[in-house]
This record gives sequence, structure tokens and C-alpha cells, in this order.
Amino acid sequence: MIYLDNAATTKVSEDVFAAMKPYFCEQYANPSAIYTFAGKSMKAVEEARKSAAELIGAQSNEIYFTAGGSESDNWAVKAAAEANKTKGKHIITSAIEHHAVLHTCQYLEKQGYEVTYVNVDEFGMVKLDELAAAVREDTVLITIMAANNEIGTIQPLKEIGEIAKKNGILFHTDAVQAYGHIPLNVDELGIDMLSASGHKLYGPKGIGFLYIRKGVRIGAYVHGGAQERSRRAGTLNTPAIVGMGAAARFAAANLEERMKKETELRDYLIKKVIREIPYSRLNGHPEERLPGNANFCFRFIEGESLLILLDQKGICASSGSACTSGSLDPSHVLLAIGLPHEIAHGSLRLTLSGETTKEDIDFTVEELKKIVERLRSMSPLYEDFCKNQEVSG
Amino acid sequence: MYSEKVMDHFNNPRNVGEIENPSGVGTVGNAKCGDIMRIYLDIDGDGVIRDVKFKTFGCGAAVATSSMATELVKGKNVQQALEVTNKAVMDALDGLPAVKVHCSLLAEEAIHAALWDYAEKNNITIEGLEKPVDDIEEKIEEEY
Repeated sequence: MIYLDNAATTKVSEDVFAAMKPYFCEQYANPSAIYTFAGKSMKAVEEARKSAAELIGAQSNEIYFTAGGSESDNWAVKAAAEANKTKGKHIITSAIEHHAVLHTCQYLEKQGYEVTYVNVDEFGMVKLDELAAAVREDTVLITIMAANNEIGTIQPLKEIGEIAKKNGILFHTDAVQAYGHIPLNVDELGIDMLSASGHKLYGPKGIGFLYIRKGVRIGAYVHGGAQERSRRAGTLNTPAIVGMGAAARFAAANLEERMKKETELRDYLIKKVIREIPYSRLNGHPEERLPGNANFCFRFIEGESLLILLDQKGICASSGSACTSGSLDPSHVLLAIGLPHEIAHGSLRLTLSGETTKEDIDFTVEELKKIVERLRSMSPLYEDFCKNQEVSG
Repeated sequence: MYSEKVMDHFNNPRNVGEIENPSGVGTVGNAKCGDIMRIYLDIDGDGVIRDVKFKTFGCGAAVATSSMATELVKGKNVQQALEVTNKAVMDALDGLPAVKVHCSLLAEEAIHAALWDYAEKNNITIEGLEKPVDDIEEKIEEEY
């Protein structure tokens, strides 16, 4: 099997798993308890918090563990809106956010908030002039993702942070795809809140955190206990927290080396696909993109068919086609970068991990070539295209 | 999520291709929604479907329903072909996931559109056949 869906989730690394193991059957105490037995668990939680914080240049007490990225996004957006409603009810976000942010914004619209969805350019980069122009007296939150989950484009966070700071607006970023994959420093980038998830960087699923800058006043998300400084109640998920901390520590240790290796392999993949498969295009920014992300469109074919045939060759990938989203519309991200529907339907996302090899890429592209050719041979769109070429050529 | 029969017809689609100078050809669906089916019919003087071919742009279910629809009408006469409903196609495939039922409707419509084209070309009326709705939206644009 060749696993190229690491943006969906990564394998838990052996080292992370080893770090987690003692906290299931041995150190199983509720970390909040008073006895000595619980002390070791609490110590492990606090060490994990420190590791998670260090990766973004934050303080330990600014990290609030949650059940994952979606919860962190929901918390940040809803609580920031609620906490500042006397100041105003306007939120700025982008058209290409993850649904955890988009749907939360839509929920708030029903509650009487106004939301501006800033457009992106053809590479999926947020239009800064549009963003600056969207700022109003009553704007209370700017929430823009650090890097896009589908097309990998890295957003100009520093510039966005400056706009937010200049206008006294809270800045939240969904860094679920970026955390542990590119350098992020909350002070340098002017970030007030940041969402991260464990399972995108070789940690376990069901754990994440929300970074909340000291001094930022937003309400609790889960009520019912003193955990996480009374802002997120619930018994601490010790093994998962330890796993997230370990994943952050390992990510920090070899970030540059990993980025370099993955970027090289990614660029090799992109060049090979564009060169060897006709009528293909790269989606997202050619350089300002996540090291492990490649996203393509192949004209005249549809994404789900492509995924099924890749699966039969043991290749795991994903697509932004309508059929994979359960609706009739293809990915909102691909439409936002200006692709027509029929081209957006034929998209393929391949996301690499530290374990992906050049051989994996070579095999994948060879199979992809055959599959694209096969699907085109039965596509009425390709038939029409070829006939038109003959007529005009 | 797909039945074995759907996967079989997706992996080994029957009757893929084109027919030169077909008795009737019909194209339905639209690229916007992600499904387009084209069916070619070769009908003899007695109104029997001698050959049928299809081309489809779409998901696994779209390909499988096109393939099954061509199998179900091959060798039938025009009136029998008209009775091949989307339900018949679905049943023959051992069912489809709920979100894919529209694919089977498209297959039925594609056959009807091809029969309509045949009827128009030969200036005949096929009882029970209605003019297909042409909802193929803008064709793929020029080079992007």
C-alpha cells in the first residue's frame, strides 16, 4: 500500500506510541487527583503542554487541550464572537477555510453576526487588500487558516497579523495542517489564537489544542470542571495529550530536515505529473505551499473514479470532486481559486509523509498515467475535445 | 460502499466506445454536477437494437449504471428498451447508495435521449417517449 493521504491523517509514529503506552494500563490515574499516583500523570501532561507550546513559541499556560482541530476552531470563533459582542458583531474570514471555521461562521450569521468571506487569488492566497478593506469599526475577529488543507497554500500570516493588530482585532488561525510542518511563531506572526491537531503530525486522533494568548479574554467552551484553567472541562485524556506532546517534540527536532526532504519529493512529484500527464494542472501556489502537499486537476475525468482505480493499485489518495463530498458541488476551495466546475470535479490530492519514497512516487505516477488515460478513453468530454481539435487543427 | 456488481461494471465496463453513423445518439447530464453520459444506438430495420455503446464522465456509479443500461437494452426492440427504467438498472446492479440514485436516472434518460434522436432522424413516433430535457451546460472551456 502507498499511503498518500497524510493531510487526512498520519500514522502514529512508533516513538509517539511508545511514549503514550504507559498511560493506558500503568499510569492510568486521573491527573487532577491529589494522591501521589496521579502526580506522574499530571507531570506528563504538563511536559506535553510545554512541548506543544514550544513548537509555536508560546507559553505552556497558553495551551488548552481539546479533542481536536474542529473543536478548537469552534471554540475560538464562537467564544471570540460571544466575548466581544458589545464591541461589534462582524467577523472576517476567507472563502477557503476548513468547514470547522466556515460552518461555525455560518452558524454565527444565524445568530445575528455578519461575516465577510475574503476572496483568494488563483493560487489560493488570501487577498490582503480585500482583507484590509473589509475591516470595520465593529470587526471583532479575523480568522484565516495558516495553510489550506486541500491545496496546501500557506497564507501571509504576518501581514494578516499586522492588519489585525493595527485595528485592535483578535486574530485566530486554523493551523491544523501547518502545525509541525512549517515554522510558526505566534509572537512573530501576531497570532492571538491558534488551532492545532495531533493526528496530522504523527500523533493520535482525538487530541488537539487551542492556543489562547495570555490576556485574550474568551469564555470557557466546556463547563463542568477546573481542568485547563476552567476553560475546557473534562477529565484530561492523558495518553492522547502525552502523544500530542511527543509528536510536537519530534516535529520540532527535525522540522527543517523534514521540510527539505518532503519539499524535494513534492516538487519531483509535481514536475513528473505535469510533464507526463497531458491536460493536467497544479492547484495551489507553486512555492508557498505545505512541504507534503500536491493537488492536481486532470481535465475530462472525474475524481471519484480516479480514486477507486488508484485504490485498486493500493494507492490511498483524496479528491475534491462532488462525489467524494456527498453534494453536487465540487470543493469550495477549487471553485474559490477560479476553476470551472467540470475541471474542479477532476481533482486529486496527494499528501506525503516522512516515510514516502521516490519509488512510491514513481509507482504512483506510472499508475496515474494509465488510469487517467483509461478514464479519458471513456469520457464524452474528451471525445468532444478531440473532435474539436481535429476540426480546428 | 458499492455492491460487487457495481464494482464489476465499473472495472470492466461493457460496451464502452462509439458507433460511427449511429441510428441514434443521446447525451445527458452536465459537467457542473459531475456526470455526463452519452449513448449510441445501432438499430436495424425491424427496430431492434443491434449494438449499443456508451461514454461517461462521472463517478463509479455513473460508469456502472451506463454499462448496465447498455446491457439491458442490447438486443431489445425500441419499445422494450423504453421500458428499461432506472429502477431496473439499479436492481440489476444490486442497488446503489442513496446519494447515487441520480446516476441511474441519468442512464435511463441517456437511453431515452438516444431513442428520441433515432425517432427524429427516421421521422417516427415512439409511443410513450417524451422529448429529453437538454441540460448539458457549457462545455469544457478552452485551455485554462
